[in-house]
Amino acid sequence: MTILLQNAIFGTLIGGLYGLAAVGLSLVFGVLQMLNVAHGELIMLGGYAGFWLFTLWHIDPFISFILSGLGLFGAGIVLYLAMFSRLIRFDDETKLKNSVLIGFGLSLVMETLAILAWNADERAITTAYSGAVFPLGGSVVPLSRLGALMIAFLVLGGLHLFLHRTYLGKAIRATAADVEAASLAGIPVPTVFVMAFGLGSALAGIAGTLVSMTDAISPSIGLGWTLKALIVVVLGGMGNIFGTFVAGLFLGVAESMSSFFLGNAYREVMGLFLFLLALSVRPQGLFTRRSG
Amino acid sequence: MSAHGLIPRALLAAVAAAVTALPAANHNEAVLTWTFLILLYASLAQSWNLLGGFGGQVNLGTAGFFGLGALVTRFLWLGGHPLWEALTAGGLASVVMSAVVGIPSLRFRGPYFAIGTLAVAEILWISVGNALPDVSPLPPALLATYSIIPRYYLALGLATAVTLVAWWLTRSRFGCGLAAVREDEGVAEAIGVDPFRHKLVAFMLSGIFAGIAGGIFGYYHVSFYPNFVFDPVWTFDPLLIAYLGGIGTVWGPVIGAVFFLVLQETLALKAGEMHLLVFGVLFIVVVLALPGGLMDALGRLSRRFLARHPSPVGAGASD
Repeated sequence: MTILLQNAIFGTLIGGLYGLAAVGLSLVFGVLQMLNVAHGELIMLGGYAGFWLFTLWHIDPFISFILSGLGLFGAGIVLYLAMFSRLIRFDDETKLKNSVLIGFGLSLVMETLAILAWNADERAITTAYSGAVFPLGGSVVPLSRLGALMIAFLVLGGLHLFLHRTYLGKAIRATAADVEAASLAGIPVPTVFVMAFGLGSALAGIAGTLVSMTDAISPSIGLGWTLKALIVVVLGGMGNIFGTFVAGLFLGVAESMSSFFLGNAYREVMGLFLFLLALSVRPQGLFTRRSG
Repeated sequence: MSAHGLIPRALLAAVAAAVTALPAANHNEAVLTWTFLILLYASLAQSWNLLGGFGGQVNLGTAGFFGLGALVTRFLWLGGHPLWEALTAGGLASVVMSAVVGIPSLRFRGPYFAIGTLAVAEILWISVGNALPDVSPLPPALLATYSIIPRYYLALGLATAVTLVAWWLTRSRFGCGLAAVREDEGVAEAIGVDPFRHKLVAFMLSGIFAGIAGGIFGYYHVSFYPNFVFDPVWTFDPLLIAYLGGIGTVWGPVIGAVFFLVLQETLALKAGEMHLLVFGVLFIVVVLALPGGLMDALGRLSRRFLARHPSPVGAGASD
């Protein structure tokens, strides 16, 4: 029983990161109708940002996540202006298809650049509190993972406030709901597109720094994170931010349970199974209230 | 028949004869292996093209189908089954996986199919690496009698078969339906074409050929780690080849494969970082700037040439 509880705890803690990783992807998809398959590589870059800020200047990841979020915001804007913005003129289907293809190429290029710059070794941040845990009913909760989960919650709350209380946030939501109507209402849609892509990348950067503080990072982690984010986005319902976060927690727990019952070698299979199941029984997402 | 159609046909016949006769005329192992790889890559890119080019659905999991075919064929063949049985089983395993992924994800428009195929290939890559960590070498008895020639003819046969299927798609009722689905699913449905059925059949065809291509690779390669055949590069290279040559065309993947392997050879991009860096950038540029690929560029060039040198029949007509 204790070991089951321990698994559930670890699943929830990692699931918060899945959720945060997926929210950025979901935001970009909701606004731009583009799927950035290189999202995991942005997470990888955020991880390296956290790692280097800590290693070179001893900036604690609990602070540096803000810096890596800002950095990735800029990087996202550059990527958008250089490549993804060229797809805006296409119809939705072509836009989606080409964004997937460009993202796929981009993910390989970014992974390769990271290997060339920092070599393929695994790296991790070791802080003074890295091994610290606190006991919970016979199980333990690692402090750094708990802190990462809490930051994920805070960032998500901030995102919610931003989307609901600021002009730009409302403009982003309006554009996601209906591009044409938003444009007719005087919303500068091209600016909204840039900002949404930058914001999605910033969320990836934050998630990456949180990952670097709890897990080892390497240039090849990107594809794995893209995969988790994609599965979570489908489970949560495309473009539904809170559903996405809940789905992240759900996938985290489901994975750690399946690795407990089926063995660690097959823990990834759970995600695929849930994905296919969700498409078969509830394609609008497991965690959506309304359909469509 | 016009001179227009005659030149390509003559060229095609000459190339086909040369490729068929190559093993008899040339005993240089390296040349045969290189041509074998062109044929294998052309088959794999063409298998992607059946659904991706003609049906407009982006499959990001070619490595999964290729790898499954390779793994099943390899283990059955090394386990003592006849080669044709092993290859058939490899192709079938891939088709079954196509159905498992395709039936839930092809029912919807949007990103579900790309996500599903990416997910299945990734998960197989990781899980096979976890479950089968040991290298799979050929036993000494098979190594002693190893020859590239049967591998070569298998790849030639496969490339021919899958290209014939692509050609069939350009002139059959099913192919027209598939093209209609690619251009506009809504309209296709309105004129009585079932998009789901067309996409699924094309996907399963694609799966068979990718699986058999994998099987031939499993039969060809002397020694590899089981998860190597699931590496995402097996998704990326055929995708690049199809786009380089021109998606949705019969000859695009073949021309793309030749171009890809020549480029790889001249730039010495066999493996590792530079391969992915150079080809990744090339791929992005092609998708953004040259979505029609080489076939489109060639077509435009030849049209420009014909416009400048009008044939005597068309003389006097303005262009």
